[in-house]
Amino acid sequence: MNDYSIFDIMGPIMIGPSSSHTAGAARLGNVARSIVGKPFRKVIFSLHGSFANTYKGHGTDKALVAGVLGMKPNDERLRNSLEEAQRQGIEVVFQQTDLGECHENTVKMDFFAQNGEMYSVTGSSIGGGNIVITDIDGYDVEINGMSPTIIVRQHDTKGVISAISTLLANNDINIAVMKLKRKKRGDEASTIIETDGEVSSDIIDALKKIENIVDVKYVSPSNM
Amino acid sequence: MFTSGRELLRLCDRYNCLISDIVIMKEKQLTDKDERQIRERLAQSLEVMRASAKSAVENPMKTVGSMIEGDAKRMDEYTQKGDTLCGDIVNFAMTCALSCSEVNASMGRICAAPTAGSCGIVPAVLLTCEKRYSLDSKAINDALLTASGIGIIIATNATVAGAEGGCQAECGAAAAMAAGAAVQIMGGTPAQSLNAAAIALKNVMGLVCDPIAGLVESPCAKRNASGAVNAMISADMTMSGIVSAIPFDETVDAMYRVGRMLPMQLRETALGGVAAQPSAKIVEHRVFGTR
Repeated sequence: MNDYSIFDIMGPIMIGPSSSHTAGAARLGNVARSIVGKPFRKVIFSLHGSFANTYKGHGTDKALVAGVLGMKPNDERLRNSLEEAQRQGIEVVFQQTDLGECHENTVKMDFFAQNGEMYSVTGSSIGGGNIVITDIDGYDVEINGMSPTIIVRQHDTKGVISAISTLLANNDINIAVMKLKRKKRGDEASTIIETDGEVSSDIIDALKKIENIVDVKYVSPSNM
Repeated sequence: MFTSGRELLRLCDRYNCLISDIVIMKEKQLTDKDERQIRERLAQSLEVMRASAKSAVENPMKTVGSMIEGDAKRMDEYTQKGDTLCGDIVNFAMTCALSCSEVNASMGRICAAPTAGSCGIVPAVLLTCEKRYSLDSKAINDALLTASGIGIIIATNATVAGAEGGCQAECGAAAAMAAGAAVQIMGGTPAQSLNAAAIALKNVMGLVCDPIAGLVESPCAKRNASGAVNAMISADMTMSGIVSAIPFDETVDAMYRVGRMLPMQLRETALGGVAAQPSAKIVEHRVFGTR
């Protein structure tokens, strides 16, 4: 049984018409943008399930684009986001797809960065504007975007986790949740860390310098 | 602290206070926010409600399905002529509710209460009470807390999602929240607030969710108008001394069970109810082309 806050009931403040298909979609785009963290020139949105069937009527397309452009779910520019993307020279493509066993409202977002790199973020809108990011570049993750989250990509070897936790502790950051995933032993691994407080860019840069760490991304909480 | 109406009333009794006082105590316990922060955030929600209850009256808005454009303005102009059957109060409430729904359908900014589809009911009732009783901002803030408390109990023990429980879970829950808040504004007891909430929920028990073309426009906007009026008559019946034969908690449980009995076609899929009728199919074709 959930413990509801007042603001789960009296809220969110959002752009209509649907908390799952509009507000949740904007948050998905927003969190994906912050995961990618680089300027991009094109995004392909592959829509699954109810997202694929009803996206036009609920403005899911506009909300997703608004999100990747950095708009929040309560931003009144949301309804003009497609024009805004065009103005910024960002190409957006929508396609209906079957992503297999996943939530009804799921979207895969493929980002084409300006430096030629590609990123892929998949997530679902699970109701009431709440979301979960389920996959980043082929790694299973579970990010709800409500807490500050650090996403580390590292070589699967001894000592990396302890170096990360020591660095965070030395900077007075408490780890709330830490999850470790790897594709196979000795390969690249991924660590998702939710913290109690916001993490500064200095700390993220320091994490990047730890030996055997390939990449570090940071997602600020995306509250509505 | 409380998950049912009974527990909520016991706490009100023990501390000799209003529902809103217990709701804010619970929120402080659940989050790390103090009373000032919670009330400020609620005041922001109220401002969004206030704006959305008015803006479509002033400027009719283009909606995706073009099914409800201008309805709020139409209602207001008709009310202004002063020759309505229901009177200024009821018509003002309907106008506010229609405006919120129109703003929502046009991709404008609203505050879900408890959902986007039912976002007109709580604002309509609170703004009507404000007009009728010249309330100060503390009284409205308290009323929002009481409405939230009732919504929390419904969400905890049943559902507020149309896809799960039909329209009774969205517009029914919103009307129950608004009715309880109105009773508190009118000086009723916490038990009377829940009595009004029970009546409002019973009045639309079994109401299906059948949005034409799957859009949150019709019959949604009109159900926001009728939901606001449902809340107000439930408050008045309660203040007259009329008692709901079925208490609030049992009504919430019944609503949930009824929702579970509703076939998928009547739970926000646009496959049943008015959404399955020929006129609805014409709208669907007009908006989406072949589908």
